[in-house]
Amino acid sequence: MVTQTEVELPTLSPDEIKRYSRHLIMPEVGMDGQRRIKAGSVLCIGAGGLGSPAAMYLAAAGIGRIGIVDFDVVDFSNLQRQLLHGTSDVGTSKNESAKRRINDLNPHVQVDTYETLLTSQNALELFKDYDVILDGTDNFPTRYLVNDACVLTGKPNAYGSIFRFEGQASVFATKDGPCYRCLYPEPPPPGLVPSCAEGGVLGVLPGIIGVIQATETLKLIAGIGEPLIGRFMIYDALKMKFRELKLRKDPECPVCGTHPTVTKLIDYEQFCGIRPEPDLSQVAGANVNDWEITPAELKRKMDAGETPFILDVREPNEYQINRIAGSTLIPLGELPRRYQELPRDREIIAQCKTGARSGRAQEFLKSVGFANVKNLKGGIRDWIDQVDPSQPKY
Amino acid sequence: MPNTINIPTPLRPFTDKKESVEVSGGTVGELLADLTKKHDGLRKHLYTDEGKLRNFVNVYLNDEDIRYLQKEQTPVKSGDTLSIVPSVAGGTVDGYAD
Repeated sequence: MVTQTEVELPTLSPDEIKRYSRHLIMPEVGMDGQRRIKAGSVLCIGAGGLGSPAAMYLAAAGIGRIGIVDFDVVDFSNLQRQLLHGTSDVGTSKNESAKRRINDLNPHVQVDTYETLLTSQNALELFKDYDVILDGTDNFPTRYLVNDACVLTGKPNAYGSIFRFEGQASVFATKDGPCYRCLYPEPPPPGLVPSCAEGGVLGVLPGIIGVIQATETLKLIAGIGEPLIGRFMIYDALKMKFRELKLRKDPECPVCGTHPTVTKLIDYEQFCGIRPEPDLSQVAGANVNDWEITPAELKRKMDAGETPFILDVREPNEYQINRIAGSTLIPLGELPRRYQELPRDREIIAQCKTGARSGRAQEFLKSVGFANVKNLKGGIRDWIDQVDPSQPKY
Repeated sequence: MPNTINIPTPLRPFTDKKESVEVSGGTVGELLADLTKKHDGLRKHLYTDEGKLRNFVNVYLNDEDIRYLQKEQTPVKSGDTLSIVPSVAGGTVDGYAD
């Protein structure tokens, strides 16, 4: 993996020897292994749930250089699992807070931060200076982008993914191993993702998965052990069970197969079926007000005595946190079998947390013949911001 | 003896929250057919309108991907376990946007 010859490896200072003594006394790591770790570098895509434990353990272990690609700011809702950031960091850039935390853990580590979205334009350039790429992202377009850029630059991808109580991990895109596309040639189209009705993540889960990613990164860089190549780990936190599935390199794989058809980075939003939002105000004959309503407009309607049917398509536990008075809860996943409960003769305002799920509910209701359905713009979040600040946001 | 199909978290809303479902049949395809017979809501998540298994849904017989066995024609023995392993992007609601 690491190509530096023995003579090029950096030496360890007396301080470092003291710090890494628990590594140095193990012959599997030893002085040479620790020097390889010091010579090594990892690029963390995202400083969130997975990137936090991964970067912290890799820093403590003495990796030479950690790159972080993130453009987000720390939010209160991150603190339940993103240990790089603390309460006093809320509102500041994740890169800044991550750098501070890592420097405190281990000042011998060089931290390079990139305040940007990872894109098809910058990925190859960013990846080329690192030994391992650690995918801690949370969306399909970036997952495919990271994979393809790893294959094209020949960098291994320490992959981890989490959802509710379940996590997945593997090492993709090594020279002879499978890549993410060998496993999943294409992503699920938006809207048909089974998980659309229920999200969330158990706070400790990314700790397990992120540390698996860090373990694999460390093994690759130190050149020890059996890496998680060609194997897919699935972890169920509720059952406390790990399962291992076999992965194979697909000779037909469009990126890493024998006759690749993807030889440069593409438009991953388009690949994942995400179309740019149509600008409805520009569509001839269409009035944006036919589709959407702002919280302020809805409030005016209600104050004027109108009684639109407010359909909340979130989950019951979300409804417990906040709600629009008088709304009716039918989770999106239950709508196909419960839409008959809705009144055909009233205006329906569909609403969720931010407007994405209710947009799908609106599409569905139109497809089954409801003509007068509007989506509440910005969901309950904007409702609270604009109309009812007394309620908590999540 | 029936076989077990492991249901991943994202698909549990369609199996009354069950983590696994007991099914019977002689091949992988028959087990999946029995599963969708018992839980009809799963059908559109597993199959295209043309009745083909969707590309982003991977099915494993024990620890082996059925694409490298005989796909849906793969025979199953008593006690074999089938797992559905969908792609999962992250903690956001559906891997795209909230």
